[in-house]
Amino acid sequence: MALKTEEMVLNMGPQHPSTHGVLRLELKLEGEIINDVIPHIGYLHRCFEKHAEAMTYPQVIPYTDRLDYLASMYNEFGYALAIERLMGIEVPERVEYIRVIMGEFQRIASHLVALGTYGADIGAFTPFLFCFRDRERILHLFEITCGARLLYNYIWIGGLSHDLHPDFIRKSKEFIKDFRPNLKELNELLTYNQIFIDRTANVGILPAETAINYGISGPSLRGSGVKWDIRRNDPYSIYDKFDFEIPVGTGEKGTAGDCWDRYYVRIREMEESLKIIEQAIEQIPQGDVSSAIPRRVKPPAGQIYSRVETPRGELGYFIISDGSVNPQRVKVRAPSFVNLEVIGELCKGHMVADVIAILGSIDIVLGEIDR
Amino acid sequence: MKTAEEIFESLKTKFSEAVITLITDKPVEAFIEAAPMEIDKVCLYLRDEEGFEFNSLMNLSGVDDANGEKVKDENDNEIIKGGTLSVYYHLESTNLKHKITLKVSTDRENPEVASVEEIWRTADWHEREAYDMFGIKFLNHHNLIRILMPYDWDAGHPLRKDYQNPEFYKGMKVPY
Repeated sequence: MALKTEEMVLNMGPQHPSTHGVLRLELKLEGEIINDVIPHIGYLHRCFEKHAEAMTYPQVIPYTDRLDYLASMYNEFGYALAIERLMGIEVPERVEYIRVIMGEFQRIASHLVALGTYGADIGAFTPFLFCFRDRERILHLFEITCGARLLYNYIWIGGLSHDLHPDFIRKSKEFIKDFRPNLKELNELLTYNQIFIDRTANVGILPAETAINYGISGPSLRGSGVKWDIRRNDPYSIYDKFDFEIPVGTGEKGTAGDCWDRYYVRIREMEESLKIIEQAIEQIPQGDVSSAIPRRVKPPAGQIYSRVETPRGELGYFIISDGSVNPQRVKVRAPSFVNLEVIGELCKGHMVADVIAILGSIDIVLGEIDR
Repeated sequence: MKTAEEIFESLKTKFSEAVITLITDKPVEAFIEAAPMEIDKVCLYLRDEEGFEFNSLMNLSGVDDANGEKVKDENDNEIIKGGTLSVYYHLESTNLKHKITLKVSTDRENPEVASVEEIWRTADWHEREAYDMFGIKFLNHHNLIRILMPYDWDAGHPLRKDYQNPEFYKGMKVPY
């Protein structure tokens, strides 16, 4: 006869290294088995949306940097794009190319953090150092371009704050040349490591239907086998000019939509990002990057929902303008906020140790969850 | 793929009074205004009916329209009396690749909207956020509690335009 056990409540966080920020998970346990996970968020809430209402449109940009602080370039990109669409600004072609190059470099940098810390969470510390070594070179590229390593204020409404540094193209090419073998090395070290596969394959399976109903986006959705990428399905900027694949999870090591699939989609996305950067560097035209920056940003009264594909998924800006210099409402649809919601569903029936693996595989940044 | 006009026409024939208007003035994105208490039925229809298949709720956002009358309260703070709060729903069909925006407006003094949480699970947290920030009550939501602010925050709903920052929170000075 099985022993009767009582449900136990265990708090994971708010200060726990594997929560990647300040997040508290309330675990309801039956012995080692998880009955339910309830996330408690809001520890980093800074009222971004309220602040934005008191700012002029360009003043909001540095705040958007601090939403998803691992992908600041992309937050600026999305915001600038939303305002440009609202005002009907045509951006010079060189600006579009530079934005795409920066965006894709940012995607690689962000995925490197995601994958490195994921390995570290599960117990593989070396890949973490390998990933951060490569990420450092991308941050260096950003630094020579705009002077900042993490929070750039680089992409402005209608243009950019600086043109590319003369060394940028050469250093980018060097990085791409060196990074491809490094990615292979990472695969040998972590991706196809049997211990890693045992920890992640068949864990936290997310079926495609559930994922769409929960509004999951980005690599977490593609890990479930759904070929959905806003760069391809709702193209913005100049993404329709490039040739790249959209990797999806296939259940190669276990079941489609498990943690390993979500992990592996990110690895393959980095290869695709390299392809996009190579094409963009080949085609980039000359031009002025600040010619289309409006002297006064005053969009006509109206509203827009504009979205981009950040490293974490669909980042949407819902902006309502009342015709003045301040936005009436700025709502950020943060991909991590929506993706985290599904964690209770994913963890049910797994062990406590698997919570770490599942949480790492959906790759959240608390800065944009709490805003 | 269906345009906003086509979607509006078929909603109008199906629901008549629950669907109010279609607004298409540029640069405003086209959106359909609906009745707050019927929005769940409209959404369910849009999700399940063949030809629409809006299987994904991209975004749900509360908005303070600030269209009421501005008056001074006893402490000489400006507050807004009357007017409306709104909720915007951005829907998308991943199969048919079309999008639509719905809007409901509700009374500011007693804001109540039917919940769509049963239709798209993602609406759970979005609605909690709208409740937290604007005080909009989503009827039939299974767990309508604050999400970003502390659970016991008693100084109101911060994204309302007439929100007053409290001086103290549980006896602690609020630095600002």
